[in-house]
Amino acid sequence: MQQGTAAVSMRDITKHFGPVAANDKVSLNIYNGEILALLGENGSGKTTLMNILSGIYFPDAGHIAVNGKEVTIRSPKDVYELGIGMVHQHFKLVDVLTAAENIILGMPGTGKLDLKAVGNKVREICDLYGFDVDPEQKVYDMSVSQKQTVEIVKVLYRGAKILILDEPTAVLTPQETEKLFRVLKNMRNDGKAIVLISHKLHEVEEISDRVAVLRRGQNAGELLTKDTNAAEMTNMMVGRAVSLNIARPEPKNREPRIVVDHLTFTDVDGIKRLDDVSFTAYSGEILGIAGISGCGQKELLESIAGLHPFRAGAITYIEPVTGKKTDLAGLDPRKIFSMGVMLSFVPEDRLGMGLVGNMDLTNNMMLRSFRQGKGMFTDRKTPRKLAHHVVKELEVNTPGLSTPVRKLSGGNVQKVLVGREISSSPTLLMTAYAVRGLDINSSYTIYDLINKQKEKGVAVIFVGEDLDVLLELCDRILVLCGGKVSGIVDGRGADKNEVGMMMTKYGEGKIDESNA
Amino acid sequence: MNPTHKVPWIRIAKRDSLAFWHGWLIRLAGLVLALFVSAIVIYSIVHLNPFKVYEAMFEGNFGTSRRMWVSFRDMAMLLCIGIGLAPAFKMRFWNIGAEGQILIGGIATAAVMIYFGNALPTWALLLISLVVSLIAGAAWGAIPAIFKARYGTNETLFTLMMNYVAIQLTSYFVAFWENPFGSNTVGIINQRTQAGWFPPLLGQKYLLNVVLVLVLTVAMFVYLRYSKHGYEIAVVGESDKTARYIGISVKRVLIRTMMLSGAICGLAGYIAVAGASHTISTGTAGGSGFTAIIVAWLAKFNTFVMVLIAGLLVFLEKGAIQIASQYNLNDYASQMITGIILFFILGSEFFTRYRLIFRGREGK
Repeated sequence: MQQGTAAVSMRDITKHFGPVAANDKVSLNIYNGEILALLGENGSGKTTLMNILSGIYFPDAGHIAVNGKEVTIRSPKDVYELGIGMVHQHFKLVDVLTAAENIILGMPGTGKLDLKAVGNKVREICDLYGFDVDPEQKVYDMSVSQKQTVEIVKVLYRGAKILILDEPTAVLTPQETEKLFRVLKNMRNDGKAIVLISHKLHEVEEISDRVAVLRRGQNAGELLTKDTNAAEMTNMMVGRAVSLNIARPEPKNREPRIVVDHLTFTDVDGIKRLDDVSFTAYSGEILGIAGISGCGQKELLESIAGLHPFRAGAITYIEPVTGKKTDLAGLDPRKIFSMGVMLSFVPEDRLGMGLVGNMDLTNNMMLRSFRQGKGMFTDRKTPRKLAHHVVKELEVNTPGLSTPVRKLSGGNVQKVLVGREISSSPTLLMTAYAVRGLDINSSYTIYDLINKQKEKGVAVIFVGEDLDVLLELCDRILVLCGGKVSGIVDGRGADKNEVGMMMTKYGEGKIDESNA
Repeated sequence: MNPTHKVPWIRIAKRDSLAFWHGWLIRLAGLVLALFVSAIVIYSIVHLNPFKVYEAMFEGNFGTSRRMWVSFRDMAMLLCIGIGLAPAFKMRFWNIGAEGQILIGGIATAAVMIYFGNALPTWALLLISLVVSLIAGAAWGAIPAIFKARYGTNETLFTLMMNYVAIQLTSYFVAFWENPFGSNTVGIINQRTQAGWFPPLLGQKYLLNVVLVLVLTVAMFVYLRYSKHGYEIAVVGESDKTARYIGISVKRVLIRTMMLSGAICGLAGYIAVAGASHTISTGTAGGSGFTAIIVAWLAKFNTFVMVLIAGLLVFLEKGAIQIASQYNLNDYASQMITGIILFFILGSEFFTRYRLIFRGREGK
């Protein structure tokens, strides 16, 4: 499979951002008829390298050859002409247009737009590889997986022979992932070159033919997938041996901490986001929440944190030791705090909600504590001390306390946020996608931090997307489907496929009364 | 397939960080370049000695003690409005309505001077018109904020349109207070008694204007940087979602901050009427409500930097008037010089953030 000229050959690519070398003499060959997995921790330069290949960045130095011919890629337009297509992590589709309209958007054409012909060609592509797309369907009616399919068909329609997929499975259920992988295999067998960026090693093992690893902007090695395993790949990425097991200590002193009773939430557009949700979270345990995106997990956490005034149902907080009950209905975060409820919340949108990207570390620490200053002025000393403490304890990699947090890498941003949220000694900790986009090392740091909170007797609610992690980390898993509780299963001994079915079809799982 | 081997001749790359002095060096270079280019333009178009022209600009600002104090007065006025806009802009609330807020503050001041001019001593008049102009400006600023908080209206259009309402209101009051009859102006209010006028300080007519605004400069700097309100403004400006997440009431901060912004612009109207022109007309704000937007933005809401920028803008304006009259040039020639200087100074801001890379000089 490695014979012949490479479809793409990148040699000695170097790209600096200010003083930082994102890519330092990186070389990479991509072959037709092969799925290449590009691995590396956050900040190792994968995305930079692929952005150079797709015309978004221009390299400081290095050569790129496509099919043996030296080329200069100056813009995404050049890239289409070279037959390279990238599917980004965040979809770039126009919601109010149909699949076919999105696919031909921005393409040159004659004066007349023949959507029927486009639709036929789209169907042709779909039949060839086993996609499932209705060209006439509007994008806003589509699931995440369907949108992703449209993105892939879009680049194929434009004649791409080399496909780059940036973490395509991050938003998919196990069933959808399987479907995607079937399609990817069909494309490989058709002779296309596929580059897959992923953090999920078991998927890399399952689908790729070859693995290229980057570390700190440099080549760390290349392996054939069949000759390696997850542990070896991880070691190569991190540069030292790491253990891949997530600890799950037995819950101790299990007491009800928060009781959600028949909670129903309707958003401003009149859509029922949560429908009759009831459960109890206990101290000293991690309650996982599984579901496909948009199933209401975000609204559930936000309702508990006081971000949505809800209409129906009750949320009762039970204080440890005293057992005092507080009804959180209709309270905003400020009131919840002033009533002595020690609730911490790590939201999904780190830089848009949990932190302010343009503010520095100290100012971000102040978000929770700025009201405690004397008189009309803020207290800056305590937050600065806290920032210093978090940087030291969690090994945050930052040039200094006065660096805007948006300049930090994803893992470090999350450490800052989690560090601040656990610094107030919470009794209830809620996290949404705590490890999304984080590399292995950072992810394990976060798991450890969450486990430590659990052992301290904190009730943890953990919304996750990677089922393997949920099954390894959580004591119980609540599965949401379309805003309803599809079931609650025990984390020990639950079956991944069963949970996956519960996520997509309401009523598949039986609610185990002893668990509810 | 047509991509060639050629590297682009010139590329733009973002600077990572810039030493404090380096930034100011770039700006200084911009100024020097501006003077150089406009010197060429002056010489080639109007055949004058550029150094003489620059000297005239300086003369126009600081030539006599009276001119100097008028320049200071106008700088203070522009600075005051810029300070008023700063909290709103920091909150990402596009207050384009300073013109209107100034006029409303001015009307309030004029009303106090006209109706109580003979009944109260000057210090009481000054105090009452200060309070009334603050309240009037705050109310005028609060209206678009309340609508935005309640109904999500667009504040840019709303504040802009409020300007025209304020101008019409001013026209009405000018007609109402017309003096003498038929002149279609209010005339100098209390010209004989000078009741409600800013008193001279240390013999200087406009010193009080300057002192008031400088106090405000320091106060606003501290408010924005060190107070809880200032922190809330920064958070709301950056992200609504973060504000809700930590329990800041976005609506409250919105309305409160716009009241403050409007109040300070109303105060500018007070200074303009009681401290400078002693009359009110539709031209009292004279476009400075818009010019101050540049002041606030260029200074990135740092009130001390605003002092420099307000100073520069007023210097250019006065200088342009001086060379126009001294050398019998028409307005366009002097405005061209102003334009060139502004172009280079604004342009140097670009170079503090980006750098150019030429072909063949990679990574240097």
